[in-house]
Amino acid sequence: MSIMTMVQAINNALDIKLSEDWSIVVYGEDVGFGGGVFRVTEGLQRKYGVERVFDSPLAESGIAGTALGMAVSGLRPVVELQFEGFTFPAFNQIISNVSRLQNRSRGKFNVPVVIRFPYGGGINALEHHSDSPEALFAHIPGLKVVIPSTPYDAKGMLISAIESNDPVIFMEPKRIYRAIRQEVSDEKFTLPLGKAKVVQEGTDITLVAFGAMIRECRKAVAMAEEAGISVELIDLRSVYPIDRETVGRSIRKTGRMVIVAEAHESFSVGSELIAVANEEAFLYLEAPPVRVMGFDTVVPLAQGERYYVISPDRIYYEIEKSIHF
Amino acid sequence: MAQNDLPSIFRDFDPLEDKMLRIIDNDGNIVSKDLMPVLDDRTITDAYKQMLYERIADEMAISFQRQGRMYTYTPNLGQEAIHIAAGMNIRDEDWLVPAFREMGTLLAKGVTMKEIFLFYSGNEHGGSFKNAKHVLPIAISIGTQLHHATGIGYSVKYRKRDEVVFTFIGDGGTSEGDFSEALNFAGVWKVPVVFTIQNNQYAISVPVSSQTNSINLAVKSVAFGIPGIKVDGNDFFAMYLAYKTALEYARSGRGALLIEAFTYRLGAHTTSDDPTKYREKVEEKRWRLADPLIRLKRYMENQGIWNIDEERLKEEYKLQIDKEFIEAENNKSYPLGDLFQYMYTDIPDELKRQKQKYEQFLSWKEKRK
Repeated sequence: MSIMTMVQAINNALDIKLSEDWSIVVYGEDVGFGGGVFRVTEGLQRKYGVERVFDSPLAESGIAGTALGMAVSGLRPVVELQFEGFTFPAFNQIISNVSRLQNRSRGKFNVPVVIRFPYGGGINALEHHSDSPEALFAHIPGLKVVIPSTPYDAKGMLISAIESNDPVIFMEPKRIYRAIRQEVSDEKFTLPLGKAKVVQEGTDITLVAFGAMIRECRKAVAMAEEAGISVELIDLRSVYPIDRETVGRSIRKTGRMVIVAEAHESFSVGSELIAVANEEAFLYLEAPPVRVMGFDTVVPLAQGERYYVISPDRIYYEIEKSIHF
Repeated sequence: MAQNDLPSIFRDFDPLEDKMLRIIDNDGNIVSKDLMPVLDDRTITDAYKQMLYERIADEMAISFQRQGRMYTYTPNLGQEAIHIAAGMNIRDEDWLVPAFREMGTLLAKGVTMKEIFLFYSGNEHGGSFKNAKHVLPIAISIGTQLHHATGIGYSVKYRKRDEVVFTFIGDGGTSEGDFSEALNFAGVWKVPVVFTIQNNQYAISVPVSSQTNSINLAVKSVAFGIPGIKVDGNDFFAMYLAYKTALEYARSGRGALLIEAFTYRLGAHTTSDDPTKYREKVEEKRWRLADPLIRLKRYMENQGIWNIDEERLKEEYKLQIDKEFIEAENNKSYPLGDLFQYMYTDIPDELKRQKQKYEQFLSWKEKRK
């Protein structure tokens, strides 16, 4: 056991996989010599050499496209795109090929690629460094899209993602990269992809979130408890496939749902969760499920973020409204 | 890229001077005797036969499409010398990362006409090329395949295999960002990839002059620090020499190369396209004089090595190809499960649920009958 941040847990997962599987290569912009702009891959090039952990040219389409080529010819690339706002040059490769080649080749080729990138706001960053594009990726058939909220989950889910024979989009909530410290086993372990986690059981209302929003939700849950409201907090962990079983079961129990996510509200994971509530728990609903999400606006620069970033009291406000519906 | 490391043809036919490698002219006369590859008569005869086979298969495919027995198809007419020269050089262990106009090379790698017909009849099983070793499916999304080739090249180098990657793109594709990125990655990584631009002068209706201000397309290699050469793509011997040289260079660990095969799409872009709308008849006529089959045949006649009973051979090929088409045409099995089965290695519950929902609809529909 060690106390780890999420950055350290991800580094540890990469280290474990690099040491046990020669077919794994790790690359992207600045990930080799520099160890990544968030230092996620620090020390790995020194340990595993420049052939296995390296800096690629600065071209995201090339990073994703070459990863596909490596994956169909015996390697298991784990690539980093530097920020979520820079994933879009790679989007064509991801949507046109990475997600489709297995189907196009009728299973002749698998595409065991992991595409990692930091996402999310609240860090006073420049434009293109605060977005939450999970719904864009989740809408693409053929991908798995997962988002950890703790160092422990990050390690177990990343190892599972690397061992998956399907392409996985692994989104890392940069706001809590170093904000949470947790005891994590130094040994190898995996966590199933596609499974949500009930963080805290409750009976009055279901609160669903993921990534950096789990921390905010915990604070809102504490506020609710003071007001005598029992909240069931679910960490979705996997955006696609979505764990409708866990979410549905919880809503059937509580009859209410509040969804919290940083992304733009329309056509979002929040929208999908409302569809899940509709399909899995329609007759159990006591109040309409609500979304506490980002506006359908560009994520503002630092001075405007106080409006955009979701605070615990804003979550609590919606919990209270739902209870009194 | 050290100049003295370069094979001589890459030095002698410098794309910066817009030189083009050519060995025989339109009448089949040798114009570069020193460069003529050493090939015995049987091999040359075999090359002609393969080109003829591709041409007939291509003509028949268009005709099947016109009869409504097949869907949109991408003709190869006029570009056969490139495909067969590549096919005769590519080895079993080498990789083929195609675009969508390389029929002869696909066949050389073990893809069957039945599969090609099945693919253009709208069945993914045809496009999987499942028994052809190291062949990726056809790439419809322009230019994206070049990155896959570079990635495979990295893997080949990493695993220290004696394999070379052959990949293709059209003239229009060179305007895509992925073209430049892939050549740049390949240059930095020094991977064994042979990039071919089939410059057939048009991207659907858009001429090369609207794609680039470069003097030719081979010259684009210069910026990425890899060797490039412009080759007469309708000259089988020139293409053969280019591929033979490129294969040796790539195998030696010196990195990637770019070949511009200067050719002409005598047919349409696809069966949905009508080239008479955007190009002059005289232009087509001029290029018909450079038909790669006619050129090779004239060469063989000039050399006194022509001994093919072409009419008989055509009939023989037609029967074979027709048989493969009928097999593809009779394969109408496309179970619902095929939609879902290959999306993931383990089918997510979400997909199972959607399939089940549709099956319930089907059984309701069945009962209503």
